[in-house]
Amino acid sequence: MPRAKANIWSWLLGFCLLVGLLVLPQVLSYSQREIAVLLIINVLLVSSYRLMTLTGEWSLGHVVIMGVGAYASALFSKRLGIPVPISMLLGAASAGGVAAILSFPLFRMKGFYFLIGSFAAGEVIRLIWKYFTYPFGGPKGLKLIPGFPDIGSISFFEPEIYYYLCLFVVAVSLFVLYRIERSRIGLTFHAIHWQDKLAESVGVDTFRYRMLAFVLASFFAGLSGALYAHYIGTINPTRFDVEEMVFVLIWAIVGGTVTFYGPIIGVVVLTVMNEVILRSLGFDTARPMIYGGILIVSVLFLPDGLESLIPKVKGWFSGRVKKTGEVLEPEKSP
Amino acid sequence: MTELILQTVVNAVYAASYMSLIAVGLVLIFGVMGVINFAHGELYMAGAYTVVALYSQVGVPFFVTVVAGLIFVGLLGLLMEQSFFKPLRDNPLGGLIASIGFLLILQTSAVLGFGVRMAHIRPPTQAKFELIEGVVLTHQRLFVIIAAIVLLSLLHLFLRKTKFGWAMRACAQDREAAALQGISLSQISRIAMFIGAGLAGVAGALTAPLVSPTPYMGHSVIVTAFIIIIVGGIGQLEGAVVAAVLYAFVHTFVTTFYDGVVADITGLLLMLLVLVIKPTGLFGTKERA
Repeated sequence: MPRAKANIWSWLLGFCLLVGLLVLPQVLSYSQREIAVLLIINVLLVSSYRLMTLTGEWSLGHVVIMGVGAYASALFSKRLGIPVPISMLLGAASAGGVAAILSFPLFRMKGFYFLIGSFAAGEVIRLIWKYFTYPFGGPKGLKLIPGFPDIGSISFFEPEIYYYLCLFVVAVSLFVLYRIERSRIGLTFHAIHWQDKLAESVGVDTFRYRMLAFVLASFFAGLSGALYAHYIGTINPTRFDVEEMVFVLIWAIVGGTVTFYGPIIGVVVLTVMNEVILRSLGFDTARPMIYGGILIVSVLFLPDGLESLIPKVKGWFSGRVKKTGEVLEPEKSP
Repeated sequence: MTELILQTVVNAVYAASYMSLIAVGLVLIFGVMGVINFAHGELYMAGAYTVVALYSQVGVPFFVTVVAGLIFVGLLGLLMEQSFFKPLRDNPLGGLIASIGFLLILQTSAVLGFGVRMAHIRPPTQAKFELIEGVVLTHQRLFVIIAAIVLLSLLHLFLRKTKFGWAMRACAQDREAAALQGISLSQISRIAMFIGAGLAGVAGALTAPLVSPTPYMGHSVIVTAFIIIIVGGIGQLEGAVVAAVLYAFVHTFVTTFYDGVVADITGLLLMLLVLVIKPTGLFGTKERA
């Protein structure tokens, strides 16, 4: 474990978080467990999105890429009879492969044009699912996707058990994502973001690194899609439309993308607020409106995202000198 | 066959008219303020629901409600400018996110006020021209076409002949330089936002009897508008009009002769092709934003 010198408090906090995550399904109601599973899947989705944004390009096709993973994994297991755990990995690899192909037209663009270009590419893929009834099921999508196989007497049909499976897969993925960012490759991504011309001048092939970031991010997005497909059991093109993408964008921006944990805070806080607090207060149809209001307020008054609050909060709690950002990260990797 | 082709041409002209009203508004807002208004489709929706509220439910004459739609949606645009676009002037991504928030607010307001179901509006007139045997143009569609031509001509004159128009074009070219010439960016942004939103409102109000408004109708409109402004070149008003006509013809013809989904794919591939070959759009001159 890197940075073992991190003080005992952060280890304690990490331990509490781990125990909390393991105990969580036991204290939740059935429907809340379902939300918890989806939340964990979304944590992976938004973290993989952050890897993409490291090179400075904001994509609007990430949810469609997640859908590629979901569709591919579902088709591999349903039509070809490949065991679900393997088909999940194959689905993730397919998402990475599609991203590799899309890199060639898309990385001719930058900034705003990339944003719109990725959106167009995603919509084309989505409409292809919608148009071809075989093998994609047309507008109604795929149904009766096989679930994760039982191991002994453990049935993954239960949200509680599937929660632990997702927790494990996502924890491993987050660890890998974290290590990638801290590796030489990740540092190169940062270099391309801030100074792409300078990076090129010292011999970095920016196209290949952009493509690598896109492919890696897409692999993990595809994995989250596969986890989703085999849990819900049915997917359709509408599930992966631009509105879902907007939510990923919102999570990332409200959370902040400077730190590894920023987008995770964003998705957790907004989901808990939206699904648990507002629902229990009895707002139902008005929820999107309140969500929209909070969005505007947070962009206006918290432009650096929720992550910018963390050093302050830590300052209140410990009363000692802050080590901004660094300390909280290792606990995400049990 | 000739009738079918001619009828499709008529349909395409109608589609081009209302799409260019929407796209020109979006381009105007982007050109002057440098921000993508994601809520533009919902402004169109708000225009349509103005007609539902005033014409269908209260019984105000149709053309009065169209003017009311222009003013109401224009004021919504002013509200957006004052509440978040102005404070987020230096943060285009923040402006985009805030406009998504506003989109959700408008959508939910429509759901709460009018319900999720389609609102059917009795058209003010059922009359129609029969151009030749089998080729029909309803008066309602003709209104849209005339309104688009008149409003876009007025906008063109405004931008070319008036002082405010000159100032607005100066802002679109170079904001700092315009500010140095003593042009008030806030004032010009307010005018651009009012006009841009108002055009979307008029398009929504005029097409409301033809499309049966739903609170979620803005979604497909914003996708189409994005395609049009990319093909035309971001920030190019004339480009947006030409691209709207081009897109409307391609889309309507493919829909008529093949399938709606294929038409959507064709439109998107057209846009991707433009992005790959000439990222600044067919009429774009220089890199922006």
